[in-house]
Amino acid sequence: MWEVVIGLEIHAQLATKSKIFSGASTAYGAEPNTQACAVDLGLPGVLPVLNEEVVRMAAKFGLAINAKVAPRSVFARKNYFYPDLPKGYQISQYELPIVESGQLKIEVDNQEKTIGITRAHLEEDAGKSLHFHGLTGIDLNRAGTPLLEIVSEPDMRSAKEAVAYMKKIHSLVRYLDICDGNMQEGSFRCDANVSIRRKGQAEFGTRTELKNLNSFRFVERAINIEIERQIDVLESGGSVIQETRLYDADKNETRAMRSKEEANDYRYFPDPDLLPLVIEPEFLEQIKQDLPELPDDKKQRFMQEYGLSLYDASILTSNRELADYFEDTVKLSRSEAKLCANWIIGELSSLLNKNNLDISESKVTASQLANMLRRITDNTISGKIAKQVFEALWNGERDVDSIIEKHGWKQVTDTGAIEKLIDEVIAKNPKQLEAYRNGKEKLFGFFVGQVMKLSKGKANPKQVNELLKKKIS
Amino acid sequence: MSLPKEEVEKIAHLARISLNEQDIPLYTHNLSDILTLVEQMNSVDTKGITPMAHPLDATARLRADIVSESNQRELFQSIAPQTEGGLYLVPKVIE
Repeated sequence: MWEVVIGLEIHAQLATKSKIFSGASTAYGAEPNTQACAVDLGLPGVLPVLNEEVVRMAAKFGLAINAKVAPRSVFARKNYFYPDLPKGYQISQYELPIVESGQLKIEVDNQEKTIGITRAHLEEDAGKSLHFHGLTGIDLNRAGTPLLEIVSEPDMRSAKEAVAYMKKIHSLVRYLDICDGNMQEGSFRCDANVSIRRKGQAEFGTRTELKNLNSFRFVERAINIEIERQIDVLESGGSVIQETRLYDADKNETRAMRSKEEANDYRYFPDPDLLPLVIEPEFLEQIKQDLPELPDDKKQRFMQEYGLSLYDASILTSNRELADYFEDTVKLSRSEAKLCANWIIGELSSLLNKNNLDISESKVTASQLANMLRRITDNTISGKIAKQVFEALWNGERDVDSIIEKHGWKQVTDTGAIEKLIDEVIAKNPKQLEAYRNGKEKLFGFFVGQVMKLSKGKANPKQVNELLKKKIS
Repeated sequence: MSLPKEEVEKIAHLARISLNEQDIPLYTHNLSDILTLVEQMNSVDTKGITPMAHPLDATARLRADIVSESNQRELFQSIAPQTEGGLYLVPKVIE
C-alpha cells in the first residue's frame, strides 16, 4: 500500500595528504588545532589554492560511474554561521559541480538495479565541536579536509536497497583509492532522504532527512524506523513535516533536530577567491588510462573466467583485497576456483567476521590456504579434516604438510583398510543392516557416517560410499 | 520595489547584524534601491550568454598535494580570546 522513496547523500573524505585549499596535513588523530593553518582558520588576507589531487580523485570517481566530468566547474560559498566554520561560509560547488549524471548498479536478492547519481561535488569539511559544561571547544584540524559529496537520485525503494547502494559506493571509492572508507573516523558518512507515498501515486511525499548514520547497520535500521514512523503519522491522519531528524542508535528512534534557524537560506554565490576549474581532455584521458579494474568488470570476469555464480562473484569482488586474495589462492592452489571460493566465502569469512578482522589482517595467507586446498585436491586430506587444518593455520601453525603429518590427518585411501572399517561397522549393526536390506534406503547415510566416525574422519568419503554400496547391497 | 520590514530583519539576522529600530527605515530604503537596480538588470535579454563565474578570464591554477604547513598553533591561539587543551573555546552551541 505504501511505497518507500529513498535518496542518499554520501560524504567521502578524499585521501589526500594535504587539504583541499591549503598545505596543512589531513592526517587523522593529531593534537587539536595542530593541523589548522591560516587558510583553514579563515584569517584575513589568505587565499585558497585548489589541490590538484582532489580534482584527479573526483574525476576518477566520475569516470567510474559513467558520469559527465564537467570541463568547467565552479566553486561557491555556502553561507551559514557555526563556530566550527571559521569563515562563515563553506566552500562548496552549487550550480556547476565537477561530476554530473552518473549511475551505479546494485544487487538486492540476486536482482540487479541501476541507481542514478545526480551529481558529485567537491567541498571542504568543517571542524569539530566538543561540548563541555557551559562551553564549546573547537578543533579545526578537520576544517578544509576535502570531501566529495555524492548525491543519488531518489531511486531506492527499501532500506535494503539503500544499504546495498551505500556499500557499493564504499567499495568503489576504495577500489579507486580515493577514500579510506573508515566510518568510525568519519571518512565515509551518509545522510538519507526518506519519504513514502501511496502505491501508484506519481508525486513524492514530504521527505525527512536522516543524519548521523555512521554504519551500514544504522542506515538500515534508521530508515526502517523512520518509514514506520511516517506510515503511523499518515495513517493516523497527520502529515509528515519536512525536517532534519537525528537517529539515536541507543533508543533506536529518530527525533527531530532543533531546526537551525533559516537553515535552508545558504545564499550561495560563486566564490570570488577561486577561478573556475577547467579540466582538459588530456588530463581526463590520462586518468581514464590509469583506472583500475572496477568492481562490476571484475565481477563479470570472475563469472566468465572462473565459472562462479553471481552471488559468489559479488561477494569476492566486494573489495579489492578480497578479490586479490581469491585470485592468488586460485593461482597458487591450482585447484578448482569454486573450491577456493567456497573456502574463502565460508570458513575464512566466518572466522574473519567472528574476530572482527579485515581480509588484509587474515591470519591465514592466500598461499597457506592454497597449500591446504592442494592437499584436498590431491586427496591427501578430506574436506572435513581440512577444517581442522584450517583452524590450526588460523591459530598460528604455518606449514600445512607438517600439520597433517603431526596430527596424523592423512586421508585413508587404502581400499583394504577402508573395507576393514566397513566390516567392523556392519558387524556392530546387524539390525540396521537388515532394515536397510528390507528397503529402508535412508540408512545408507547412517552407515557412511559410522564408517567415517570410526576412521576419525580420515577415510576418503568417496571410496567409503563406493565400497559400502558393494558390501551391503 | 519596497521590502517589508520583516525581510530586512531577516536579512540582518542571517548576517548576524543587529539593527536599531530607528535605523530600519533607512536600511529598507537602501536595500530596496539595490533590488530596484537588480530588477532593472533582470530586464536585459541574456539568452545565449554563459553566466560569468568570475570577472577575470582565467582558470584555476592547482597546487601539488604536498604538506607545506607546519604547526603554528601557539602563534594562532595567542590572539584567541579563550583556549584550553589546544581547543578554541566559544560560547556553548546548542544543537
